[in-house]
Amino acid sequence: MKVLETLKEKLGERIKDIKIHNERRIYLTVEAGDIKECAKIVFRELDARYIIASGADNFDSFEILYHFGFDSIGTVISLRVFLARENPGIDSLSDVIPGISYIEREMWELLGINFAGHPGLSHFLLRDDWPEGNFPLRKSIKTDGANSE
Amino acid sequence: MNDKKKVIVPIGPYHPLLEEPEFFALYCDGEKVVDVEWQAGYNHRAIEKLSEGKHWDQVTFLVERICGICSTSHPFAYCNSVEDLLDITVPEKARYIRCIIGEMERIHSHLLWVGLAGHFLGYNTVFMWAWKYRESILEMFEMITGNRNHYAMFKIGGVRRNIEDEDIPALRKVLKDIRAKLEMLTHAVLDDPVLGARLKGVGVLTKGHIKDFGAVGPVARASGVDIDIRRDDPYAAYPAVEWKVIKTENGDVFDKAVVRLLECMESVRIIEQSLDAIEGSKGDIENQVREMPVGEGIGRHEAPRGECFHYVRSDGSNSPVRHKIRAPSYTNIPTFKASCVGQMIADVAIILAGVDPCYCCTERVAVYDADKKNKKLFGFSRLVEMSREKTERMRKQV
Amino acid sequence: MNLKMKALKKSLWVYHLSGGSCNNCDIEILDCLTPRYDIERFGMVLVGSPRHADVLLCTGIVNKKCVERIKEVYDQTAKPCVVVAIGACACSGGIFRDGYQMAGPLNKIIPVDIYIPGCPPKPEAMLAGIVKLLEKLK
Repeated sequence: MKVLETLKEKLGERIKDIKIHNERRIYLTVEAGDIKECAKIVFRELDARYIIASGADNFDSFEILYHFGFDSIGTVISLRVFLARENPGIDSLSDVIPGISYIEREMWELLGINFAGHPGLSHFLLRDDWPEGNFPLRKSIKTDGANSE
Repeated sequence: MNDKKKVIVPIGPYHPLLEEPEFFALYCDGEKVVDVEWQAGYNHRAIEKLSEGKHWDQVTFLVERICGICSTSHPFAYCNSVEDLLDITVPEKARYIRCIIGEMERIHSHLLWVGLAGHFLGYNTVFMWAWKYRESILEMFEMITGNRNHYAMFKIGGVRRNIEDEDIPALRKVLKDIRAKLEMLTHAVLDDPVLGARLKGVGVLTKGHIKDFGAVGPVARASGVDIDIRRDDPYAAYPAVEWKVIKTENGDVFDKAVVRLLECMESVRIIEQSLDAIEGSKGDIENQVREMPVGEGIGRHEAPRGECFHYVRSDGSNSPVRHKIRAPSYTNIPTFKASCVGQMIADVAIILAGVDPCYCCTERVAVYDADKKNKKLFGFSRLVEMSREKTERMRKQV
Repeated sequence: MNLKMKALKKSLWVYHLSGGSCNNCDIEILDCLTPRYDIERFGMVLVGSPRHADVLLCTGIVNKKCVERIKEVYDQTAKPCVVVAIGACACSGGIFRDGYQMAGPLNKIIPVDIYIPGCPPKPEAMLAGIVKLLEKLK
């Protein structure tokens, strides 16, 4: 669990909550505003490997998990942020992690989360003429794409 | 976007060898590639959403149908993630069976890649031979699981079917044959001067690129990045068998080919040891799961193309509330931005193929002439043709 | 039998089209080309352009993003052209039937002549389907 100690030391006050599922799966909750600095520390200073980010709709809020892998010890650290239900938005990490821009575009179009500072938020998986305001991965949208609200 | 649409299809970039449609725009200056643009979604099938409406057990069948080549990798990673959520272990015999299926898939997937890479370079003989060897692996799959692809072997808590003792001798014989064939193929690739001239120093990815894009699997290992989930985050029976991680340093297409071929040999070793372990064993093959707790789980598996990542979240009900899937190609494909830029158009086909982009993703390549602004487009078949012409030229020189 | 059909039957040139599949059917189509199954002995060749094709082998659910392109490809083929739906997805939508990205199944987009079900159909099943197709064309 040395990695957790290092993380605690580096991220300090920014960690709001720690959930240790087991020694290889650790979830840290941070404030949405701090995500850029935290990602910088984890990705650049601690040299973790960027795996992916997963967004989720929690009904009352949105949630993004940024997964980082520490391959030498086989641990996955997930940075968790919660976003407001109305107009969810967060800083884009594309200048910290170049590879993240595609998944941010995906979350933008499937969940409707806005990424401030992203170089090109445009449709990626869906058609360009996809109905505006229809974000298929939100819980209010049925599996077939119809809006249940 | 509209004019792109109009130009792409008439050229018919649906190349006979590649499957899933994917769009790449190469911006070129003369023969040189300046920029690459990737457009996905032609193959988007709403799997993450569909998964939220399926029973936990049904999702294994759904994730199997993400990809036909890695149809074990996704169930493998998914089962790992649910088992992480449940905090259960899998019986020993099931762990070995999982390894056997996973490694057989690696062999067939890498052989498929070797064949296609040969085809792109104008070596159609390699294509025919590699696919012929691959056929014997598929036959074994049919014998063990009942289907050539989409084996449906995996189940949360274990495996669905046993590998019977009477099947093992046939499996051993196939492995013995394939080992000889693999050795032959490896030497054929390593010793061929034309292949060397054609592939060495082409599409180089440095360690920095791998880090930036988060590339995984043979792509990363060919660049000297030592990651392999089978060793780093041990699961199934991988810690119990002896094998080694293959790694090279140069990061070009040649090294990627070498890594893949040598990995196949390691897979053969893993399968043979696993067969020794399960032969005659009467153990259980699954742990029954009765209840789903609230929680979340992460599962990983080293698929033929790299780390396959699944994240599931449960609210205690019958189906996942969120199921995030990351296939290895998702982070491998963006490396084209680094590997194609500055290269000749004729090399692009093999660079794109070098990543083994879940073999489908390189379908639509359009070449833009940056000087003239008007779009001059080549289909992918034209790119392959150019690639072959270049091989032919080099063959004459060597 | 008219002259066109007579000419068509001699040697079928097939063109392979994927509209959002798991690419397993596609791999099995390619397997038909390799030494074990070798469809070339029936005079069939996979061609790289729809304009040369007599037969379209279609796989996948036809998703909303490629539906126009599939129509366009169909328009470009020389008529008469036979359309074969390969695999559960092209025949009915398969496991992806309920998804938001589903625009198909194939017979809602372009006219389909024969269906080869299976997930994926074995290469033998594809060969059997093509033989039946040849009989139907008589």
